[in-house]
Amino acid sequence: MTPVLEARGLEIAFGRARAVDGVDIEVRQGEIVALVGESGCGKSSLARALVGLVRPTRGEVRYRGAPLDYRRLKEYRRHVQLILQDPGGALNPRQTVRAAVAEGPRLHGLKDDRVTSALARAGLRPPEDYLGRYPHELSGGQQQRVVIAGALALEPSVIVADEPVASLDASVRGEILKLILGLRDELGMSALVVTHDLGLAWNIADRVAVMYLGRIVESGTVEEVLIRPRHPYTRAMLAAASGTATPLQGEPPDPARIPAGCRFHPRCPSRTDECGTIDPPVLAGVACHLTPLEEIS
Amino acid sequence: MLEVRDLTVSYGTRDGAAQAVRGVSFTLERGQTLGVAGESGCGKSTMALSLLRLLPATARVTGQVLFEGEDLLTARWARLRAVRWNAVSVVFQGAMSALNPVRTVGDQICEPILLHDRVGVKAARGRAAELLEAVGVPARRAGDYPHEFSGGQRQRIMIAMALACRPDLIVADEPTTALDVMVQAQILRLLGDLVRESGIGVIMISHDLAVLAQMCERLAVMYAGRIVETGPAKELIADPRHPYTRALARAFPTIGDPASRLAPEGLPGDPPRIADLGDGCAFAPRCESAGPACRTGAMELWPSGEGRAAACVHVLEGGAS
Amino acid sequence: MRSLFWGVGVLAAFALLALTAPLYIGDADLNVVKVTGPQLSPPVGGYPLGTDQAGRSVLLLVIWGARESLAIGLIATALTVLLGSAVGLLAGHYQGMIGKALMHVTDWFIALPSLPLAISLSAVLGQGAASITIAIAVTSWTATARLVRAQTLAVEARPFIERARVLGAGNAQVMLRHVLPNVLPLILVSSTLTVASAILSEATLTFLGLGDPTSVTWGSMLQAAFAGGAVTAGAWWYLLPPGVAILIVVLGFTLTGRAVEHLLDPRRSAHA
Repeated sequence: MTPVLEARGLEIAFGRARAVDGVDIEVRQGEIVALVGESGCGKSSLARALVGLVRPTRGEVRYRGAPLDYRRLKEYRRHVQLILQDPGGALNPRQTVRAAVAEGPRLHGLKDDRVTSALARAGLRPPEDYLGRYPHELSGGQQQRVVIAGALALEPSVIVADEPVASLDASVRGEILKLILGLRDELGMSALVVTHDLGLAWNIADRVAVMYLGRIVESGTVEEVLIRPRHPYTRAMLAAASGTATPLQGEPPDPARIPAGCRFHPRCPSRTDECGTIDPPVLAGVACHLTPLEEIS
Repeated sequence: MLEVRDLTVSYGTRDGAAQAVRGVSFTLERGQTLGVAGESGCGKSTMALSLLRLLPATARVTGQVLFEGEDLLTARWARLRAVRWNAVSVVFQGAMSALNPVRTVGDQICEPILLHDRVGVKAARGRAAELLEAVGVPARRAGDYPHEFSGGQRQRIMIAMALACRPDLIVADEPTTALDVMVQAQILRLLGDLVRESGIGVIMISHDLAVLAQMCERLAVMYAGRIVETGPAKELIADPRHPYTRALARAFPTIGDPASRLAPEGLPGDPPRIADLGDGCAFAPRCESAGPACRTGAMELWPSGEGRAAACVHVLEGGAS
Repeated sequence: MRSLFWGVGVLAAFALLALTAPLYIGDADLNVVKVTGPQLSPPVGGYPLGTDQAGRSVLLLVIWGARESLAIGLIATALTVLLGSAVGLLAGHYQGMIGKALMHVTDWFIALPSLPLAISLSAVLGQGAASITIAIAVTSWTATARLVRAQTLAVEARPFIERARVLGAGNAQVMLRHVLPNVLPLILVSSTLTVASAILSEATLTFLGLGDPTSVTWGSMLQAAFAGGAVTAGAWWYLLPPGVAILIVVLGFTLTGRAVEHLLDPRRSAHA
């Protein structure tokens, strides 16, 4: 089956920095994919390219198999929507909830009876209580629900969510994740969730892609990647999250100076001499030449 | 070393006084680490800042903060300043704004040493270099300015500054919140090592229960200005007695735990506004096991196990639900 | 809300006086040939603010002067704000070639010395209210443009702009529905200051003799007083009233501007 949303050989450069450096990723119908990485790994740039906010320097974005036509972006926006990290900033402080949610339908010439149903769908019930309110009168969780309702009002088939719960309180976090999971289960929506949090991937994703310095270094089902990680970087992230092992030394590297060979080798605990010369391709979901061949086959 | 008794902090607002901290008590011994968990607005940061009277003048603080037997809330300013210099340091979140952008980090670390230890510039520079190395920043970078460091390094420098006058207690307010997972793990490890080596007491404030569990021996969970549960960190997370702690613990899933797979857990409703709190348990409106007693009765911390206490009536009924 | 009360009150009073002036001030009061009062008299019974050297009542002159002074100030401000906001908004939104070109033009205008420009403009356009208005607008729109551009850049960097784009908003939509409402309070506040400085500029330019010599404005009153030797004669009643009138109107606009800014912020009006 053709994936709903995919990137092929995607490359995004800002000046000398290659934020995204050759990425293939796909989101299938009714699937939640988590894109995991540290800040500066290019995951947000990738997300913005997928919704058409950033034009890739090379490669392409495809929606249901068809390359994204940048002259017909507006139509594309009906299908693919973005949810941002900071709901407080994502809402215009001078717009009421009604105006914020009606924005999409208005821009696309749709009826605005979608507003109340989208609000209810996003868990703001009864919707009438929220219509006249301003963003600053809502809690963080409610603001994020308004942002989600604004996207839902267009009835998209894919949602790209950039750190949707990172700025929310712990107790609210789960509710928003439930909401995203519910959209998939009940409406068959697909989602790409960008996050630094592996626990979030475990909570809601079907598949996970781990990104390091502009490239996806490991991908697979959540169970495969998070329980039996094969790339040393994935292992390091898992260890850091559970606090069990010594974290990686050094800082997240600079996309303007991507190391030769395997891009992870300067920080890799299990590197060999070859790692400085071979840039490993992604084979069977992992880009590390140390992964035993038998495991790949 | 530190004993806090019935601490309250209230702010005067247009609608009357709002209590941000409503009666918090705890003790901390030398070398112990206490984690204070809670959501934004639960009063955890206000509580921490009030310990050293760092709140704005509009805040009214009552209760006692006994440091080595001396009440810091009533101490004279000169005495308080001495305590702030050499006994208790504070590490804030947002290291960029806490560092002076136009002075080198070496100078900034030296400043309290020069003022307090009354040593020469050379000795102070030596100590600054030692401190930088101790937090994992090369000493040769002492002449660099804050913007030349990454976020993680700046947070390390903040820790070096906090250690400059060999404090007995460090209060760290969300020290790793803005940092990446990997860098966060590094900083936590660093703090942990320092505490173990030097016997410094630490109060660490965070919204992230997982971070606190890694770092602290004891935890106190705050909700709406009160401690609702306290106890040894591991037990508290493995077997929470207060429904709020339970919800917080479930919000940070353990990877590999089948129970949380494709089942995110949260709490319905929103954190309460301090101004609208009524009688009874502040958590009752969001609690799935709230009964009539929860809405009217006064809550206090009841013992719920060895070294543990929880402010939930279900603890009294004797059953962990 | 006291500032709104006072600001609007002062402006309403001046506007009322200016608009109704033709009802009680006639040619007989203003025409130097027809007036009958004593010359350069200090305040007395029939002339509460004294008279000028031609024998006209200073009170009536100040009221009559408000008409043209306010008109020039408001029209010049409207031109300034429209031009400045449009340039600032466009320059802030299109940060590429268009923005750069617009800012170069703005810088060029900033570099022009305003007074000589105004003098040469009125030399070309002829003396009178129109050339003074245009001269004020041409020399003051750059300040608004810079201010609006800076604020536009700040607003454009906020996440809700990105959200609007993803929802399908084009450039015009982003500028008009998202940037403008968030820049508008600043424009309003700055325009009240612009009115104030426009009225002052009008007085300055007229004082320098660039206005229509036959029309009465606060600036021309000051100029006439100065030229007529009011200073040496110690005729304070002639010098002071137009100056005080300018001061009060400027204050009225400033107070109103502040109050309007307050009202437009949903965050504050919710509590007020």
